[in-house]
Amino acid sequence: MSARAGDVEIAPEDLRHLADAQLNVELDTGDMVLNLGPQHPATHGTLRLVVRLDGERVIAADPVIGYMHRGYEKLTEFRTYPQVTTLINRIDWLSSFANEVPFIWGAEQLMEIEAPPRAVHIRTILTELSRIATFLLFLGEMGLQVGALTPPFLGFRDREHVLNLIEAATGGRFHPNFNRIGGLKDDLPWGWIGETRDTMRIVFDACNTLEDLLMGNEIFELRTRSIGIIPGELGAGYGVSGSNLRASGVDWDLRRDGTPYLAYPELDFKVWTHSDGDSYARYWVRLQETRESARMVIQLLDQLPSGPIMAKVPRIIKVPEGEVWTETENPLGQMGYYIFSKGATGPFRTKIRSASFSNVSILPWLLRGVYVPDVITILASLYFILGDIDR
Amino acid sequence: MAEDTPPVHEGDGHEGDAPDAVIPPEAPVDAEPEPEPEPAEPEERAYSEAESELLARLEGELGDAVVDHADAYGTLVVRVRPDAWRRAAEVAKTRLECDFLSFVAGMDWQPAPREGDEESSDTSAPVQPTETTFGAAGSEGRFQVFAHVESTDRHWGVTLKTDVTDAAPSVQSWVGVYPGADWHERECWEMYGFTFDGHPSLRHLYLPGEFEGHPLRKDFPLLARVVKPWPGLVDVEPMPEDGEPESSETTAGSEEPT
Repeated sequence: MSARAGDVEIAPEDLRHLADAQLNVELDTGDMVLNLGPQHPATHGTLRLVVRLDGERVIAADPVIGYMHRGYEKLTEFRTYPQVTTLINRIDWLSSFANEVPFIWGAEQLMEIEAPPRAVHIRTILTELSRIATFLLFLGEMGLQVGALTPPFLGFRDREHVLNLIEAATGGRFHPNFNRIGGLKDDLPWGWIGETRDTMRIVFDACNTLEDLLMGNEIFELRTRSIGIIPGELGAGYGVSGSNLRASGVDWDLRRDGTPYLAYPELDFKVWTHSDGDSYARYWVRLQETRESARMVIQLLDQLPSGPIMAKVPRIIKVPEGEVWTETENPLGQMGYYIFSKGATGPFRTKIRSASFSNVSILPWLLRGVYVPDVITILASLYFILGDIDR
Repeated sequence: MAEDTPPVHEGDGHEGDAPDAVIPPEAPVDAEPEPEPEPAEPEERAYSEAESELLARLEGELGDAVVDHADAYGTLVVRVRPDAWRRAAEVAKTRLECDFLSFVAGMDWQPAPREGDEESSDTSAPVQPTETTFGAAGSEGRFQVFAHVESTDRHWGVTLKTDVTDAAPSVQSWVGVYPGADWHERECWEMYGFTFDGHPSLRHLYLPGEFEGHPLRKDFPLLARVVKPWPGLVDVEPMPEDGEPESSETTAGSEEPT
């Protein structure tokens, strides 16, 4: 009594084991639904992710958003233009100043007001400072998601220096509400410029330290290289923008390629891209952009013009009838406002295009087929702010 | 930081030659808020080179499906017939090379109903004109869907609009062309009640599943203000220079804290 498998003679008792093995292969393990969030450290807020798993592999992912929906588009219809800036500070709360810029720019275009050069330069400096603050947090946080505890402390520590600068100039660490239609609320305080130069050195040091700690680290590379690859063309179709898209090799930065705004046309800077499109590339691009922003701040300080910080604006701001679309390169990507005005003191309707909303909308495609631990690094590397998704 | 001192620049060594006193704001004109390649002073805004090129390509493909077009501060706005909405997306993606989807959104042009209107002292919202007017490129009726697409290569963009009927607000879906339209259309569906033909799953995005109504429609009240009047109502003071606080036009503006 013997059976043949190929050319090898197999004893009957071994055959029984072989049958068992066969049985195990065909066993249907069944799908499992895993609920990530709404409170998960990798989600920076209340994002819920329902993932369907086959073993360790994700076969479908569905982000559930809206836990923080505040209805800002509706609320702008009940506010005057100066009041709207208070709201939009809270969209992307890590770079609030940058949120104000496109809205104020739109209102200024409709009113045909031009902010004086000094105000434009200070706006640019503060926008870049908020980019540095946002990215420093990311550069540290990303380490945490792969199990490194030192980088987040460094990131938080050095971000604080930048936030101090923003607070010194505007009075608010997170919600400056500093832009006015036609200029800025205040000029820079005494000693701020010297302080900023010193802080930029801290920023360069921080970038170098974080680069030393993570880039080239075996664990970091294993967890991020060729994980979560976004093809550039598909990313654009999903509306993924900013550093995420540049990490997919799309050489597109509104500071350089968009309608000229702020003082960017006068600056000399490089747009960084990476061809890989994976989590590693997204980290690398943001690291380079942090340095680039610090360089831009130094350039701007060198060429800061003197003069007034407010243009002449009527006491009660009425914006003439019209519609305008303004978009800027914010830390998280393309941020835009489509403002419809009917000549009143408040907007008739505002469409808020926030970067994270579109960046996250690619998740159902991106997470298909990845392993559960990679979900965390992919979420972290996309870098979104919940307020920017939910508005 | 005293508000009335001129913005004297503290010494950092650089640009010390600039006079401390106020320079007339016109002196060095910077490139910030003038985005149009050509000055657009006249009422009828002229098209820039990129806009004319975009329009020519769109009209070449869509023909008479292009209903109207206009320039909105440097952005081309094109209104297409509703039955050509999806075709417009395809043309934008292929012929206009606009690979980047910025957003898809809805629009309600009807003014919001107001309780007391002009005479009331309700300053909880800026007073909007009561007659219905339509923005750039016009509209057939109350509802519209508009979207903005851009080219990452050519660095241009176009805003597309189409009309949605009041009775059966429905329009073709863009998901097949731009995958990112999925969430935007879901948002638009729950906020305005428009349906998108060909959308794989129109379900709630922001709002809870049992929510009724379409919050961004103008006749949907801001519930927070219905439940409790705007608290700022009680401490509205007339501005010293505004003179008569009764002038209904300016009451809304005077609430602004400075």
